[in-house]
Amino acid sequence: MLSLFVIPGHDRRLIPEGRLSGPMPWVIAIMIFLMVLATAIGLAFTEAGQNVSDQLSSRATVQIIEANPDLKAQQTSDAAARLRGMELVEEVRVLPAQEIEDLIAPWLGQSADGGQDTGGLLEDIPLPALIDLKLAQPIGEKELEALRTGIRPLAASARIEPSSALIAPVIALVRSLQWIAFGLVILLAIATAAAVIISARAALNTHKETIGVIHLLGGTDRQISRLFQRRIALDALLGGVLGLICGAAIILLLGMQLSALGSGLVQSLDLSWYSWLIIGAIPILGMILAMVTARMTVMGALKKIL
Amino acid sequence: MNEIVQFENVGLRYGAGIETLSDLTFTLYPGSFYFLTGASGAGKTSLLKLLYLAQRPSRGLIRLFGEDAVTMPRERLPGFRRRIGVVFQDFRLVPHLSAFDNIALPLRVAGVKEKDLTTPVAEMLDWVGLGDRAEARPATLSGGEQQRVAIARAVIGRPEILVADEPTGNVDPEMAIRLLQLFEALNTLGTTIVVATHDIHLLSKVPGAQMMKLEKGGLSDPTGSLRNPPLPRDRA
Repeated sequence: MLSLFVIPGHDRRLIPEGRLSGPMPWVIAIMIFLMVLATAIGLAFTEAGQNVSDQLSSRATVQIIEANPDLKAQQTSDAAARLRGMELVEEVRVLPAQEIEDLIAPWLGQSADGGQDTGGLLEDIPLPALIDLKLAQPIGEKELEALRTGIRPLAASARIEPSSALIAPVIALVRSLQWIAFGLVILLAIATAAAVIISARAALNTHKETIGVIHLLGGTDRQISRLFQRRIALDALLGGVLGLICGAAIILLLGMQLSALGSGLVQSLDLSWYSWLIIGAIPILGMILAMVTARMTVMGALKKIL
Repeated sequence: MNEIVQFENVGLRYGAGIETLSDLTFTLYPGSFYFLTGASGAGKTSLLKLLYLAQRPSRGLIRLFGEDAVTMPRERLPGFRRRIGVVFQDFRLVPHLSAFDNIALPLRVAGVKEKDLTTPVAEMLDWVGLGDRAEARPATLSGGEQQRVAIARAVIGRPEILVADEPTGNVDPEMAIRLLQLFEALNTLGTTIVVATHDIHLLSKVPGAQMMKLEKGGLSDPTGSLRNPPLPRDRA
C-alpha cells in the first residue's frame, strides 16, 4: 500500500490533483464522522452489555416465600447458613426488611413507620425474604440445581432466580441497539463506496482524453488506475481524519455528559482503550475501502477500452 | 525479409454501418518508408488506428511484429504499443503538462528513470525548435508548435514503427521538410515509417518512399502491390 504514496511527482501530475477542491473529501468526512459515531455507540453498548452481563452472571436471589413471619425468619436464617457452607457460593447476604421495603417503595410507597402514608399496606403484604448470592462461577442449570437441592429441605417454598434472567430483556435491548449501530456502520460504508464509485467515474470521464493518450502510448491499466487510487485514497484519508476529529470530539462531550448523570447502565457507556483503537482505525479502513473501490471502478471502466 | 506488418483481407466497420475499410491486403517491411495517401474520408485514419492498435478489425488478419494482433489478449497490447510511435492528427497533447512533460510521457510510461530522460527530451525539444518552450503548456503553443511537440513525443522512444497522421498539416513548408528529415533520420536507423498525407508534394521529398493509396476504404491497387518495391530505405 505504501507504494501508492511514492508515485513519482511527474506521474502524479498526469491527473491534476486539487486537494480538497472537490466534494469528495467532504463527503467522506461526513460519512466517516457518522461511522465514528455509530461505531462508538455500537462499541459502548457492546461493552455496557458485557459489563452488566459479567456482573450479574454469577449472582442470584433466593426468595423465601412464607406467610408466617417467624417461620420465614427461621427458614431464611437456616437457608443462609446452608448456603454459606456450600463450596460454590462465594458471598451470601440476607437483605434487611427495610431494604426490601425500599426496593418496592417506588411502586407501593413507604410503610407507616417509613414516614409515608400507605395506610399500613406494606405491613399487610407478606413480602418474601431475599437472600442475595454471589457464586464463584457463572450460574448455569447445574449450579441452580445444586442450590435448590441445598435449601429445599430447609425452605420448601424457596425460589432461586439468577439475576441474569431479570436483566435479560435489558441485555436483549442493548444487543439490538448494538447491532443496529453496526448495521448503520455497514450502510454508511456502502454509501461511502457508492460515493467513491461516482467520484471515480466522474474523474475518469473528466480525464478521458489523457487516459486515452496514456493507453495509446503503452500505459497499462494498472499504471492508470494507480493514479486514480492515489488521488482518491488521499482524499479519503483527509476526509477521514477530519470526520474522526469531529466524531471523537462529540463522543468525548457525550461521555462527559453521561458520566455526570451517574446512573448505572448509562455510566457504563464508557469506551475502553481498544474501542478507541477501533474508532481511530476507521479513517484508515475508510481509505482502504475508497482505494479498493476506486481501483475496481477504474479497472472495470478501462477494460471496456481497447 | 521478415514483414513487420501484414494485413490480409482486413475489413473495418463502425457499428452497423457500411465498411470503412474493405479487403485490405498488404505487407510492410522493416526499415521502409511509406506514404499513405487518399482523399479525405478514404479511410487513412482508420487504417492508422488499426496499425497503432487503437482499433481491432471487424474481419481479416493483422500480424504485427510477427504476432496476431487481432486475437492478441488485451493485457499484451501495452507492450506492443510501446514499440509504435504515433503522431495523431489532432495532436492529443496532455493539456496540463508542459511541452517537456508531454514529450517525456512515453519514456515515463515505459519506466525510464528521470535522470535518463532529461537529456534526450531536451535534445528532442531542440531538434523540433522548441528548446526555449520546454515549460510551455499546449494551450500557449501555436498549432505548428503543438504538432512539433506531438512529433517529438512520437519519436522520443525510438519506436520500431512510426505512424503519423497528417504530421505536416499545420507547419510551414520549411518546418515540414525538417520534420520529414527527422523521419528519414529515424528511418535510416531502422524505424519503419508510415505517414498519412493528402499532400502529394511531400512524396517527392522522400526519395525511395513507398506509396499506398486508399480509395473508398480499399487500396486503389487491389492486388496490394505498392508503387515501389518494398525495400528498406538503405537498400532502395
